[in-house]
Amino acid sequence: MARQIRRLSEIPREELFVSGHGLCAGCGIPPMVKIALKAVDGPKVVVNATGCLEVATTLYPHTAWRVPWVHNAFENAAATASGIEAALKALRRKKNWKNYKIIVFGGDGGTFDIGLQSLSGALERGHKFIYVCYDNEAYMNTGIQRSGATPVGAATTTSPAGSVIPGKPENKKNLMDIVLAHRIPYAATINAAYPVDMWNKFAKASDYLEKGIGPIFFHYYSPCPVGWRMDSSLSIEISRLAVQTRLWLLYEVDHGKIKINVMVRKPKPIEEYLKLQGRFRHLLQPENSHIVERLKRYIENNWNRLLKLAELDSIY
Amino acid sequence: MDRWPSKWMDLPIGGVINIPGTSTWVKTGTWRSHRPVVDLDKCIKCLMCWVSCPDNSIIRLDDDYVDVDYTYCKGCGICANVCPTKAIDMIEEGGR
Repeated sequence: MARQIRRLSEIPREELFVSGHGLCAGCGIPPMVKIALKAVDGPKVVVNATGCLEVATTLYPHTAWRVPWVHNAFENAAATASGIEAALKALRRKKNWKNYKIIVFGGDGGTFDIGLQSLSGALERGHKFIYVCYDNEAYMNTGIQRSGATPVGAATTTSPAGSVIPGKPENKKNLMDIVLAHRIPYAATINAAYPVDMWNKFAKASDYLEKGIGPIFFHYYSPCPVGWRMDSSLSIEISRLAVQTRLWLLYEVDHGKIKINVMVRKPKPIEEYLKLQGRFRHLLQPENSHIVERLKRYIENNWNRLLKLAELDSIY
Repeated sequence: MDRWPSKWMDLPIGGVINIPGTSTWVKTGTWRSHRPVVDLDKCIKCLMCWVSCPDNSIIRLDDDYVDVDYTYCKGCGICANVCPTKAIDMIEEGGR
């Protein structure tokens, strides 16, 4: 049984994701990976889709992982995990192997866009694994190109802010809704500024896998100082601001019942979040105020929708 | 085995890395331009810096106070930013 915690001091010291990796200073991914590997107890296998995490942690001949780890292309992380799960099931039956837990890490490019069909297939077939999407809201590894996860108004190298377009014109894709459409037993959003909440969600997922309940999906808000053009020390602060401005909704869906983990009663103005990041700087100009208004409407609609859904006994 | 074979014939087949956690051989501390310094008088043992550090550079001591491992610290400043009592200062490397 994985342990639920109330204080950070209850987290064990031993690291399964070690130092010396090549991720940028101030990257938001390692805090989540460290907690994920510790909170999911017992033997585990990590499947990693191409992306920042995959490329930067395994510069041959170096690896930052102390768990079995397999590399994948962008599009087939969930498919590989399905295969591993099926193989381990057979080995457990025939050769009495231990119960390995499978964790998949995919970026937003490998989950929202390129890997969506393999993820959808694996969720539909009901393979027992944990899929974690670390969402840094663009293709950061290849040089900050727009993805389906990029929010409206954000400047990227393929949607630069200028006189013709004010950053990306389209809204962010709602991945949680797509995942919940598969009626999976457990899905949640996680955020590095709330590590205890994140640990408890991973521990719960670990217990579910032990009981043979799956698949499980996590959506992680992963700040990227390079791509978002902000100071590297702000990663955790910006994560907290995203929750406090209601831009990032922190909730879990347990067998169809929605629970809001952080109830934001008095949201901070979204401008506080926007002004810290270079990718949104142009939105604070008066001629782009309609984009900020659009973003505010989007946030308000999302929040009200979540409140209504949380009143239901089950959304499935 | 604590280091990589020097002859190509001894390399594992298929691009496999058969030693776990070899990235600790890469000392990423050379990336740093600012260095965090902990003032233990102000530390309240909340461990927020320890869970937030991307490079495992915050050492959690036996009594839950913290120290910094400068071998891998990239100097991002997250620890100084998340500290609720501002017990961590970022000091420029190479003199003041």
